[in-house]
Amino acid sequence: MLKHLLLALSLLLAVPAFAVEPDEVLDDPVLETRAREISKGLRCLVCRNESIDESNAELAKELRVLVRERLVEGDSDEEVVDYLVDRYGEYVLLKPKATGANLVLWVAGPVLLIVALGIGVGYVLTRRRSEEPSGAGLSAEEEARLKEIMGE
Amino acid sequence: MFIELGHFALVLAFAVALVQMVVPLIGAHKRWTGWMAVAEPAATTQFLLVAFSFAALTYAFVVSDFSLRIVVANSHTDKPMLYKVSGVWGNHEGSMLLWVLILTLFGAMAAWFGGNLPPTLRARVLAVQSAIGAAFYGFILFTSNPFDRLAVPPFNGEDLNPLLQDPGLAFHPPFLYLGYVGLSICFSFAVAALIEGRVDAAWGRWVRPWTLAAWLFLTVGIGLGSWWAYYELGWGGFWFWDPVENASFMPWLIGAALLHSAIVVEKREALKSWTILLAIMAFGFSLIGTFIVRSGVITSVHAFANDPERGVFILMILGVFMGGALMLYAARAGIMEAKGVFGVVSRESALVFNNVLLAVAALVVFIGTIWPLVAEMFFARKLSVGPPFFNMAFTPFMVILALILPIGAILPWKRARLGRALWQLRAALVLALAVGVLVFALQTGRSALGPVGMFLGTWLISGAAVDLWSRSGRGAVGARLGRVLRLPRADWGKAVAHAGLGVTMLGISGLLAWEVEDIRTANIGDRFEVAGYGIQLDAVERVPGPNYRSTMATMTVWRGDRQLATLHPEKRVYPVAAMPTTEAGIDNGFLRDVYLVIGDPQDDGSWAVRTYIKPLANWIWLGAIIMALGGLLSLSDRRYRVAAGARKAAPTDAVPAE
Repeated sequence: MLKHLLLALSLLLAVPAFAVEPDEVLDDPVLETRAREISKGLRCLVCRNESIDESNAELAKELRVLVRERLVEGDSDEEVVDYLVDRYGEYVLLKPKATGANLVLWVAGPVLLIVALGIGVGYVLTRRRSEEPSGAGLSAEEEARLKEIMGE
Repeated sequence: MFIELGHFALVLAFAVALVQMVVPLIGAHKRWTGWMAVAEPAATTQFLLVAFSFAALTYAFVVSDFSLRIVVANSHTDKPMLYKVSGVWGNHEGSMLLWVLILTLFGAMAAWFGGNLPPTLRARVLAVQSAIGAAFYGFILFTSNPFDRLAVPPFNGEDLNPLLQDPGLAFHPPFLYLGYVGLSICFSFAVAALIEGRVDAAWGRWVRPWTLAAWLFLTVGIGLGSWWAYYELGWGGFWFWDPVENASFMPWLIGAALLHSAIVVEKREALKSWTILLAIMAFGFSLIGTFIVRSGVITSVHAFANDPERGVFILMILGVFMGGALMLYAARAGIMEAKGVFGVVSRESALVFNNVLLAVAALVVFIGTIWPLVAEMFFARKLSVGPPFFNMAFTPFMVILALILPIGAILPWKRARLGRALWQLRAALVLALAVGVLVFALQTGRSALGPVGMFLGTWLISGAAVDLWSRSGRGAVGARLGRVLRLPRADWGKAVAHAGLGVTMLGISGLLAWEVEDIRTANIGDRFEVAGYGIQLDAVERVPGPNYRSTMATMTVWRGDRQLATLHPEKRVYPVAAMPTTEAGIDNGFLRDVYLVIGDPQDDGSWAVRTYIKPLANWIWLGAIIMALGGLLSLSDRRYRVAAGARKAAPTDAVPAE
């Protein structure tokens, strides 16, 4: 079963993109631009990691047409996206919503940066304070090796 | 017969690896020179055996020996010779054999060029390297044997995935693997140093060339992959934040961080334990990358080979090596005392900041990549993390990095003054601001991406130039120019690589900010205008290829009355694999690409045609090449050879080696 599914997937994704087709394009350039922007954030559900704007799978085409129909009917961008999420779940969003556990994903970058900066600054400050160790650095073995390298 | 010998050689290499991972380690512990000396010939033997095994598999592909399972699954007699050879690593089993080939190559090189290492360290490095090898031999022999025979060989094969039948992608995996696996040497050095309990400037100096080489190959590999995506996937995207791309990008980021922190170890004997940790993490991310690609756990465009059993095996390898190394690290990191002392404003601090940014950026990519998996397993939420998230979460790090890079690069070691550095960079800053403002004035009402990207790119490039110039001392321009040319290659490498990053940033922001797209239907003979270019569809023909059928358009690109190019965008169908591909027609230019794609015939006899004008597209890969070139320059610096060559002759070159 899984194997067949994967095969089907690979066949679908293998079809190289001729994404948005001429007959889909809306006459109103403003609406069309909005449709393109929305499409870039929506996942082609049967593809691997492709937006419906890039994919030319049948389903992606249907979704693109759907997005345009909603826009023509006067939906706002948010309403179109919400409509699709209602139908297909949040899997359809390429930019996950910052709710619940997803907050971890969204705050990870800034929080990690602050923590790392804290550690970095702390380290730099300790390096400033510490005393330079006195020069007795080389062991006898190292002295011998140094002499060898210096060609003595 | 030859195939069986290849198989046998691989088993033999496994046995040698087991010896090499144990005997030298005991020898190093007990100070038995004889036992330690086992490592060197063993490493060479392993490499020769695997090379023979790889040659046997290549032979099977070249002569289309359809008694081998993977040849049947990935080859065909009609396939051009180049792709028969690249088919060896265009599949899971063969690519793992390539992986161990490169692993043993690096191990053998560490043995050959490691003459100046202390014998105990060398024995330990080679033993650790061999342990990694042993794990992967086991993986190949037990779960993915490329030498599996079929009882009843079919008459012909099933052909290689047509998307992979492309010169760009033929050499993409070997370079990536050279990078991934190159980081294994850094890992081995780190673990050996932990066992040894000693990290000093010399260690930093040994590790840096390996890191540099691995990073360089990764840069080329990622660049090739991105270039391939640009011209092959049919809409000119160059980066998709696909899990498999991220898998190669994370080691690249960590490798870049390691490269910089190893400088601090080498020059200033500080940041030691952090550098060790980075070396462990860099290879860890390579293994995670292998896991992601090979297990197919996170589905993606590229995961053409996946099998859960293999995934578990790689996860075990990952667990053993990362767990072991990190435990060793926890136990031993405390003994590494830092020596160097430096002020808050100094090159050292700048490099710490660089490491913070690169490491956190890599972690952000990592979290984004595995988040769908985590959310599904622990929170029962099925969701996607795609390009819009990554662009938003990752870009700020690169912006900050680009802002501080020229300043950090020009700061002196130990103690510096920010005002002085900025004063040195005044020309670069003015130029970059001028470019940014000019671009802002020229483009009206579009995103800030263009001006900001142009500012940052110019700032990086001119900052690198100022960095070189500032090292030339005082005096007449001619004398200074001469001195700039005689600067050590490492200095040139640094400036060139930094400028390369700037070129890539210019390319990315130019392409994203000013791309023009046109989708329409056109009849034969139609001419239409896109952003000042005239595009004419002259003809569409059906043309047979060696192992595909093509629908080839002839299109001409005009600027006014002047014909710029004749392009042949194609749609190909590979009958054996039953797959179509697009071949875009691209007129490459220094400042822009004209990118044409032919689509399906329409009911009224016209053709769907897509036209893109892609400003600065080639700069993205040009920058990657320049970065790799910078790495190569730095790698060829005589400082890395000075200790090795000292026994033979005193250096005669007059260049001061810092």
